[in-house]
Amino acid sequence: MSAQPKIRLRGLTKAFGDKVVLDGIDLDVMAGTSMVVIGGSGSGKSVLLKCILGLIEPDAGSIEIDGKNILALDRAGREEARKHIGMLFQNGALFDSLPVWENVAFGLLAQKKVERRAARAIAAGVLAQVGLADSVGDLWPSELSGGMQKRVGLARAIAAQPDVLFFDEPTTGLDPIMGAVIDGLIVDCVKKLGSTAIAITHDMASAKRIGDRAAMLFKGRIVWQGAASELMDSGNAMVDQFTHGRREGPIQMELRK
Amino acid sequence: MNAVLDFIATVGRAVLGACRATGHLTLFALEGLSHLFRPPFYLRAFLRAMLEIGFLSLPVVALTAVFTGMVLALQSSTGLARFSAESGVANLVVLSVTRELGPVMAGLMVAGRVGAAMAAEIGTMRVTDQIDALTTLSTNPMKYLVAPRLLAGLIALPLLVLVADILGVLGGFIISTLKLGYNTGIYLNNTINFLQTEDVVSGLVKAAMFGFLVSLMGCYHGYNSKGGAQGVGAATTSAVVAASVLILAFDYVLTELFFAR
Repeated sequence: MSAQPKIRLRGLTKAFGDKVVLDGIDLDVMAGTSMVVIGGSGSGKSVLLKCILGLIEPDAGSIEIDGKNILALDRAGREEARKHIGMLFQNGALFDSLPVWENVAFGLLAQKKVERRAARAIAAGVLAQVGLADSVGDLWPSELSGGMQKRVGLARAIAAQPDVLFFDEPTTGLDPIMGAVIDGLIVDCVKKLGSTAIAITHDMASAKRIGDRAAMLFKGRIVWQGAASELMDSGNAMVDQFTHGRREGPIQMELRK
Repeated sequence: MNAVLDFIATVGRAVLGACRATGHLTLFALEGLSHLFRPPFYLRAFLRAMLEIGFLSLPVVALTAVFTGMVLALQSSTGLARFSAESGVANLVVLSVTRELGPVMAGLMVAGRVGAAMAAEIGTMRVTDQIDALTTLSTNPMKYLVAPRLLAGLIALPLLVLVADILGVLGGFIISTLKLGYNTGIYLNNTINFLQTEDVVSGLVKAAMFGFLVSLMGCYHGYNSKGGAQGVGAATTSAVVAASVLILAFDYVLTELFFAR
C-alpha cells in the first residue's frame, strides 16, 4: 500500500469566531474507495466537506487531491480542481427555477458547452442510471417527492462523471426502504465511475452500506478510523456509544439546564 | 462618566458597522459588474431578468404613470388658475413627469415588485444550498445570478420610464382637455414647446441608476441572507426599504448634478 491517497488532509483547522469546528483533521482516502465520516450534529462534518469543496476557507492545514495542495492554487486552478468533484447536497439543493433535465445537465452546459439538445439526451441517460423515467426530466423539482429529489440530486452530481463524489447525509429524511435504494444507487454509481467518495452521515445502516472505511468526527477531531464493517464493534467507547445510540458514555450532550 | 462612554461606544459601533456594510456592498457591486466583462456570459439568465424587471412590470408602471399625470393636471390647474393656466399646466405636467415623477415612481414600483422578488429568490437559493450547488457545478454564482440582474436593471428601467413618460403626459393631457376644458391644440403645443431633450435624457439616466440600485439591493440582500425563512423575509424587507431610500437619495444627488446652476 504505497500508493498515494486520492485525498489527503493534514492539520485542517477551521474556527468560526471562538468556536473551533475543525481542530486539526488528518484524513487519507485512497483512490476508488469510499470513506464514511460519522459524527453527531454540529461535529463539523458539513464544514469538512465544504472546506474540501472550497466553499469555506480553512484557517490552517492542507488539502491535497492527487498530491496537489488545492489551498495553494489560484482561483482558476481551484475552479479546475472543482470540476472533478461532484456533490450531493443534504436536501438536494436542486435549482427550482429550472426543469429537472436542466438541473441534471447543468454542470455539462456550464463547463463543457454541449448543445442544449444534446444535453437533454444526456440528461435522459443519467436519469435512467438513477432509475428515473425520461418523462421526469420535464417536471419541476418542486413536483418531486423527497426520494426523487435525492435521485435527481445524485444524477446531477454524477452527470459530469467526476473522479471524486461527496454525499452529505444522503439518506436523511427518507424512509428506510428509500434510504436503502439511494444507498444502492450511490454504490452503483461510485463503482461504475470508479470514483473516490466521501459520505457524511449519522445513519449507521447507510454508513455500512456505502463505506469501505469509516472515521468518526467528534468536537472537530477524528477520534477513530477503521473499516466500515467494524463500526458496530469497534472497541472504541465513543464510536460504540454513537453507533448504538446510547445516552450514557464518553460523549455528553451539552444541554442547557 | 460611564454613561457617556457607553453612548460614544454605541455611536462608534454604529458608524463602524455602517462603514463595513458600505464597503461590503461596494465590493459586491464591483465584483458583480466586473463579471459583465469576463466570459462566459449567461444570455438566458439576462433575458429572463429583462422579462421579469421590464416586461412584467409594464402594467403596474403604466397605471402609476397615467394616474400620476392625471393628478398632476388636476392639482396644478387649481393652483395655476389665477395665472395663465393653460401653458402652466402643460409645462408643469411634462417637466414633472419626465424629470422627476416618471423615474421615481417607476423606480419605487419596480423596487417593490422586482427588488422583493429578487431578494426572496436569491435568498431562498442561499438558505437551501443552491448557491453552493452552483459553485460545485463550475458556475460562479456572482456571474450567473448577480451580473445578469444588474445589467437587466440598468437597461430595463430606462425603457420602462420612456413608456411612463409618454403615459404620464397622456394622463395629464386627458384630464386637461376632457375635464378642465383646455384647448387640445394649444395644450399639445405648450407641451412640445416646453419639453427639451435634456429633460427626458436626465430622467432616463436617473432611471438607469435606479434600476441598477433596485437590482443591486435585491441581489445583495438575497445573497447575504441567512437563517431560513425568517432570514429570507428580513432580506426581502431590507432590499425594498434600502432600494426605496437609495432611489430618493440618489434622485436628489442626480438632480443637483443635472440642474443646479
